[in-house]
Amino acid sequence: MCLAVPMKIIEINEDRTGIAESGGVSRKVNLKLLDECAVGDYVIIHAGFAIEKLDEEQAAKSVALFDELVREMSGIQRQSR
Amino acid sequence: MKYVDEFRNSDVAAALLREIAKLSSSLNKAVNIMEVCGSHTMAIARHGIREALPPNINLISGPGCPVCVTESGYIDAAIELGGQGVVPATFGDMLNVPGSKSSLAKFRAEGGRVEICYSPDSAVELAEKAPNTEIVFLAVGFETTVGPAVSVIDSAISKSLGNLSILTAFKQIMPALEALSSDPEIRIDAFLCPAHVSAIIGADAYKPFAEKRRIPCVIAGFEPVDILYGIIGILKQIQAGTATVENQYSRVVKPEGNVRARNFINTYLETADAWWRGIGVIPQSGLSVREEFAGYDAAARFNVRIQRGEPDKRCQCGNVLKGKIRPDQCGMFAKVCTPENPVGPCMVSSEGTCSAYFKYGRVIG
Amino acid sequence: MDEKIQLAHGGGGKLSARLIKDEILSRFGNGPLRNLPDAAELPPVAGNIIYSTDSFVVSPYFFPGGNIGELAVYGTVNDVCVAGGRPQWLSLALIIEEGFPLENLRRILDSTAEAAKRCGVTIVTGDTKVVQKGNCDGIYMNTSGIGVKVAGLELGRQRIKPGDAVIVSGTIGEHGFAVLAARNGIRTGEGLVSDCGPLNGLLEQAVPFGNKVKFMRDPTRGGVAAVLNEIVEGMEFGIELKQNAVPVSEGVRSVSEMLGIDPLNVACEGRMILICDQSAADGILSGFKSLPEGKGVCVIGAVGGIAGTVTMKTITGVSRLIDLPSGELLPRIC
Repeated sequence: MCLAVPMKIIEINEDRTGIAESGGVSRKVNLKLLDECAVGDYVIIHAGFAIEKLDEEQAAKSVALFDELVREMSGIQRQSR
Repeated sequence: MKYVDEFRNSDVAAALLREIAKLSSSLNKAVNIMEVCGSHTMAIARHGIREALPPNINLISGPGCPVCVTESGYIDAAIELGGQGVVPATFGDMLNVPGSKSSLAKFRAEGGRVEICYSPDSAVELAEKAPNTEIVFLAVGFETTVGPAVSVIDSAISKSLGNLSILTAFKQIMPALEALSSDPEIRIDAFLCPAHVSAIIGADAYKPFAEKRRIPCVIAGFEPVDILYGIIGILKQIQAGTATVENQYSRVVKPEGNVRARNFINTYLETADAWWRGIGVIPQSGLSVREEFAGYDAAARFNVRIQRGEPDKRCQCGNVLKGKIRPDQCGMFAKVCTPENPVGPCMVSSEGTCSAYFKYGRVIG
Repeated sequence: MDEKIQLAHGGGGKLSARLIKDEILSRFGNGPLRNLPDAAELPPVAGNIIYSTDSFVVSPYFFPGGNIGELAVYGTVNDVCVAGGRPQWLSLALIIEEGFPLENLRRILDSTAEAAKRCGVTIVTGDTKVVQKGNCDGIYMNTSGIGVKVAGLELGRQRIKPGDAVIVSGTIGEHGFAVLAARNGIRTGEGLVSDCGPLNGLLEQAVPFGNKVKFMRDPTRGGVAAVLNEIVEGMEFGIELKQNAVPVSEGVRSVSEMLGIDPLNVACEGRMILICDQSAADGILSGFKSLPEGKGVCVIGAVGGIAGTVTMKTITGVSRLIDLPSGELLPRIC
């Protein structure tokens, strides 16, 4: 359950709807489930609604974590030869 | 795609699998990990994760698909409403789900009107465009979908729409985790928790459960790399003997979750007991429309009673949903029960355990 | 201008005649259609006749990147091409719903004419009917096409051998997703347009490789997954796709993620799947790349693996089954 996709907000309307974009395609989205958001924010869209904001700092941390793990594993590989 | 590609990298996947191999061999015992999210079920099947794991790690698919656990009587009720001229507006997922005699797809083929919606807002638009037609939105889902679905009521009120209601079959995940972990026939060592449900309920929601039951809970995203990393987190906890909540999807899941969404849901809905197809009643696991909004509750508005429905006696969906058997251990799997001719819900929903297994998991060489 | 098609336009009387003169003859009247015979008389051909037919019922009939009018030409032209024929003549049948805006009909027929010119085919016979309101979805079209078999090409599943290269001529799923996007309120802009277009050019690039080309097909309904499964069905070989080898554009990936639909199951209308002897792969890739419609060409896998199955290596190194898609493509939230 919960097919959802990260998209970037490119437009926000007064009535808490907006437009979000990803990969060159865009769609009207409903923002009423989010506290506040700004144009340029990345949000998670499920069934046309933004259900959370994507924390870019945390995302960068996760990516870095994986990269480090790979480096660690490769390091260990080299040692055991 | 930004924020997706990095989590699909195959070098990272290979490194994570090596780490899993190391951990599982030092643990040297069978480990049962249950995931309760259809998107996890699908991703695991699509990326061959089950086959890539060491044999002592068992990935069990639990009742993670809200379509699968919706009673057949719900479909019957939707068809009945359709027959009375109320137009069902539904997510595509529900179209082929078998009711006790028919399905929405068959109803449509026989001339009935069914509207497929990508978003509940489409149902609102339909109601606005056709004020003399009754529209009922089929509101099925876990917490992720409850907010968007209940927004139909919110919109109906703010736009003064008198022809719009929702037929609910909402489920909450925590009571299901409780029920599954207390079932003596299944031994669950850890839960891989659903990313987007967690975005709504918050990572902290699992804490009391993890501590009381001494079961590690790891929240992981749906990319293959997320899932593998989640399994590593679980194995490390099992090794250390801890039982805590680890939030690995912190890019989206906050400890407190989406408070605004929960308040929004709470405005219109209240907790109620719910019947899970294949499992039975799980107390306080559903959400129903508050009485003051009864006009927007299709069950009340049209006086429709949702029957539980008699499952096919041969159907093993219940056992599959509880993780007691694998799909290929059901006698009907791939023989009588296929995606084209589904007997039970696990095969119908594209995220159902049996459907995922049928599409991707039948083992190759 | 607000003119609508009426039932009388299909009735064979004055209104009919006017429609044919103004809209059909004006665009397709150079050739056998000129005098509106009941049937076209065509000269003999040098070689076997390749003959194909297809009906077009796409909704919406105007979609990002094209419309039903050009689709009706490319669809049949491409079927003839992938069967190893050079398309020459097309029939064109229209079934129009009462009340259809004339302006839309003109736009559609303009596209048909342009597409026919681009493919070098002539519309030589046809028919127009108008049905009562509600009895068809705006407009339905049918074309059937005659082509001449290209000498030196022997195409057929029985020629396929393990080790043969499996090639796709470009990014997949663009037509189907452009239509799905239009139906689900997703704006595509330039991010995603239908790939509908002719395969004649690509056919000519493949011809010099003669009998090293074993099989060709255009992955329309059911997408690449459907075609590959049809190829291996009941045969002694399978097809193994390389991980991440199937080319998908950004726009398609986005819509695919949003709607939960796999690009492998989604129609293309300007792409070709080609299976050839491994030794011809590089040459064919080069040839296709020399044309704009082939710039995305790549090898996506090879004939091999378990007989009768199509498999793909996943990110974990494990192979998974790529099955025939079942039924309707439905957007899902689960």
